Amino acid sequence: MGVKVEHLGGETDRVLVVRAQRGERAAFGELVTRYMQRAYYTALALVGNHDDALDLSQEAFAKAFRARATIDPERPFFPWLYQIIRRLCFNHTRDQRSRRLELEKAGGWLTDATMGRRPLSPDQAAERAELREQVAEAIERLAEREREVLVLREFEELSYREIAELLGVPIGTVMSRLYRARRFLARGIETARTGPRREGGMRDE
Amino acid sequence: MSESEASPPGAERVRRLMMADVDREISGEGRRELESALKGNPDLLEELETFHRLKEVTDTMTLLKPPQETWDTYWEHVYRRLERGVGWVLVSLGAITAGTWALWNAVSELIRDTTMPASVRWSLLALIAGFVILFVSVVRERLFMQKHDPYKDVVR
Repeated sequence: MGVKVEHLGGETDRVLVVRAQRGERAAFGELVTRYMQRAYYTALALVGNHDDALDLSQEAFAKAFRARATIDPERPFFPWLYQIIRRLCFNHTRDQRSRRLELEKAGGWLTDATMGRRPLSPDQAAERAELREQVAEAIERLAEREREVLVLREFEELSYREIAELLGVPIGTVMSRLYRARRFLARGIETARTGPRREGGMRDE
Repeated sequence: MSESEASPPGAERVRRLMMADVDREISGEGRRELESALKGNPDLLEELETFHRLKEVTDTMTLLKPPQETWDTYWEHVYRRLERGVGWVLVSLGAITAGTWALWNAVSELIRDTTMPASVRWSLLALIAGFVILFVSVVRERLFMQKHDPYKDVVR
């Protein structure tokens, strides 16, 4: 059995899934190569740590191969894989010990997307770095389902419809979770800057 | 934003419209509805502005790229996991078979041994039976119960 991936780049996901179901590891290898980046970044956004994201995304592929008989080749592969990734990531973040470790390294999984594009003064750069860290810390404290929706929208740039399809929930639920996530972030940043204050905005009816 | 979806009343509807506005997914009708809700509600307007400012910040953030080596060796690592999985299955099967055989022989020997006091023999048998029950219970929980637990996704 070789580790090398056979050249199957032109095959559709459906063909690769069918071949993987017959036990062809090369076909599954092509699926891994095709989706490894998306799987890794999904896990990174959910757990906020490179090593854990790598481990969890690879474990998700291993689990996917073991459960390959249950894949429906007529349906897209990634949403099926996503369910495995999110379950592994949620289980991971529920582990209080690992959560504490992550909080110690807040923000290490995010970077400045505009870096080098616009010259910033040292003050501006420092302010931006501080703000980014505050946002990252707040994201890490979010409830898992709200964090999931936020990162799918902000970092994977999926539309509401795509998120809803991926999670199997109505679009309205996506928007409500997004609202709660952003309100939490806004309050977190506000508290970090000025200390606790009176809550503004809309009240529940 | 999908306007076809049933519109929830009041505050929740406005919250959703604010998100659609921030993410530029709002329809013309939704925008008019939001503008109407914002009129005469400075708290709401302030909240929406806060969301827009937050969006400006998150737009400048992206996930950190791992080193190229991560991708070069990714499949290899997944492949090793699959190999190790097969290895673990074989080791487990071998261990269960050998363990069952050894246990069976030990129990048979214990029953046949007339030199040992009956109380000690029964104690040892109880000890072995207890371990077997505990082992089977743990394996059952790991393999069956976890898979069928309807509350496993509930956040506590």
